[in-house]
Amino acid sequence: MLDVARLRADFPLLAQRENGHPLVYLDNAATTQKPQAVLDAIVEYYRTTNANVHRGAYDLAIRATEAYEAARLKVAAFVNAWAPEGVVFTRGTTEAINLVAGAYGRAHVRAGDSVVVTAMDHHSNLVPWQMLCQEKGATLRMVEITGDGRIDLSDYGRALERRPKIVAFPYVSNALGTVNPAAQLARLAHAVGAVVVVDGAQSTPHLKVDVQTIDCDFYALSGHKMLGPMGSGALVAKPALLEAMPPYHGGGEMISRVWDDHSTYNKVPHKFEAGTPNVEGAVGLAAAIAYLEGVGPERIAAHEQALAAAAIDRLTQIEGVTVYGPRDHRAGVVSFTYGDIHPHDIATILDQAGICIRAGHHCAQPLMRRLNVPATARASFYLYNGLDDVDALAGALVKAGALFGYVPA
Amino acid sequence: MDTSPPDPQLSALYQELILDHYRRPRNQGTLDHATHSVSLNNPLCGDEIDLQLRVDGDVIKEARFIGRGCSISQAAASMMTQLLKDRSIPQALALADRMSAMMHGDEAAARDKALGELRALAGVSKFPVRVKCALLPWNALTDAVKA
Repeated sequence: MLDVARLRADFPLLAQRENGHPLVYLDNAATTQKPQAVLDAIVEYYRTTNANVHRGAYDLAIRATEAYEAARLKVAAFVNAWAPEGVVFTRGTTEAINLVAGAYGRAHVRAGDSVVVTAMDHHSNLVPWQMLCQEKGATLRMVEITGDGRIDLSDYGRALERRPKIVAFPYVSNALGTVNPAAQLARLAHAVGAVVVVDGAQSTPHLKVDVQTIDCDFYALSGHKMLGPMGSGALVAKPALLEAMPPYHGGGEMISRVWDDHSTYNKVPHKFEAGTPNVEGAVGLAAAIAYLEGVGPERIAAHEQALAAAAIDRLTQIEGVTVYGPRDHRAGVVSFTYGDIHPHDIATILDQAGICIRAGHHCAQPLMRRLNVPATARASFYLYNGLDDVDALAGALVKAGALFGYVPA
Repeated sequence: MDTSPPDPQLSALYQELILDHYRRPRNQGTLDHATHSVSLNNPLCGDEIDLQLRVDGDVIKEARFIGRGCSISQAAASMMTQLLKDRSIPQALALADRMSAMMHGDEAAARDKALGELRALAGVSKFPVRVKCALLPWNALTDAVKA
């Protein structure tokens, strides 16, 4: 286990109390808290380096551009990107996937084609593909999940028989914590000629990620889920694919020459970064990556897996609690229900004890329908959570049960 | 482990009457001769209600609902359907206003006997994010009669 007390000292917000209790923050799949190093990097950028990037002829603007491009290198190295120019900064995973659907998808998907997604995809890796397929008259094929919350590989194989143009799946499920066999899924999809899009929102913060080992084509990530600022993120792609794609948003920075009635476009990745970018976000994300590297992605993954295992063990000892998702190959996301207590009621009761969890459909309504629940409660861990947080969660759940007439075992 | 007694605000929120309506909702189901039907959901939390009314003249003769959601939204719907029986539409809308006032902390509304068992939900006003749960069925009612 990590030295949680030492790590927590780096996160000013975690020292706060909520509703009279020490804060127990267990909603890390939604967003994460920020270490002082990230806050400092953002302030330092504005104090010493702020200017518009890729435009100014003066030294300050050159330093701002260097900071921004250094952040790109940092992201590229963190996920072992094919090349730095294959890293496009976006507002996050959602924008990255919309970019792929809107630029690559609109150029390559035609009427009668199919696009494959899974029943465990977040709405951000589903709705953009629905919109694309509706526009093009293409078919969206949703791959089923198994009873224990994994991608059903035989159904995946059937979906590939139609030779889809695009296959999209999450590396880690935000609702179940399932770690999908991304490299295997990508290899099977490539064998039928599909382009592979991986939603990395929940994997990049929590696992050691190597996009070249996965061998996908596009990989999307969000900065705010990995200790970085909100509104930061990236699309990591094979540069040749980006080069062949039409632009997504038009505007400044993405152009080469602009005429009255047409334009030529900048080289990648700048072709996909129209307008003034979120430099503060990129700089903050780079600081977050430096922090994560300091702790070690493998150690973080092991720590969270231990916390998830402890939580599943404690929760399943409470009579009436059901935990969803697989028991192995999982990340630190624990989705559960408790008898007939609605997850919103669980969340309200836990909040009174200073415990933040998520209750709801987790932006995965097709998955909730398959689990046959309207919603679940979800505790999701990160490097600053410890076994004391698991204790607090289990204790508060027993109290929630008592309010609803459940007798503790 | 925290072994302190339950928070009084939580005990007020989850009192027996509310849990009873949650677990044994009154007027659950559909009407054969509904004059008004509306489906409403809260996209943020997923709570859903299908509300049906049988209105004769301007009097609500019957109200039934099918709902999915938390104890607060389901208890509020159950209690509301009981209260609406034989009320005129203007009376029903006045009750909706009264309910909304109670949810926003109006203590006079919380003592108003016209709200019947719904007064048990007064404690929801201490939980701002849950107010929308208690008002979901009432918003459905308003939509139904104004449509």
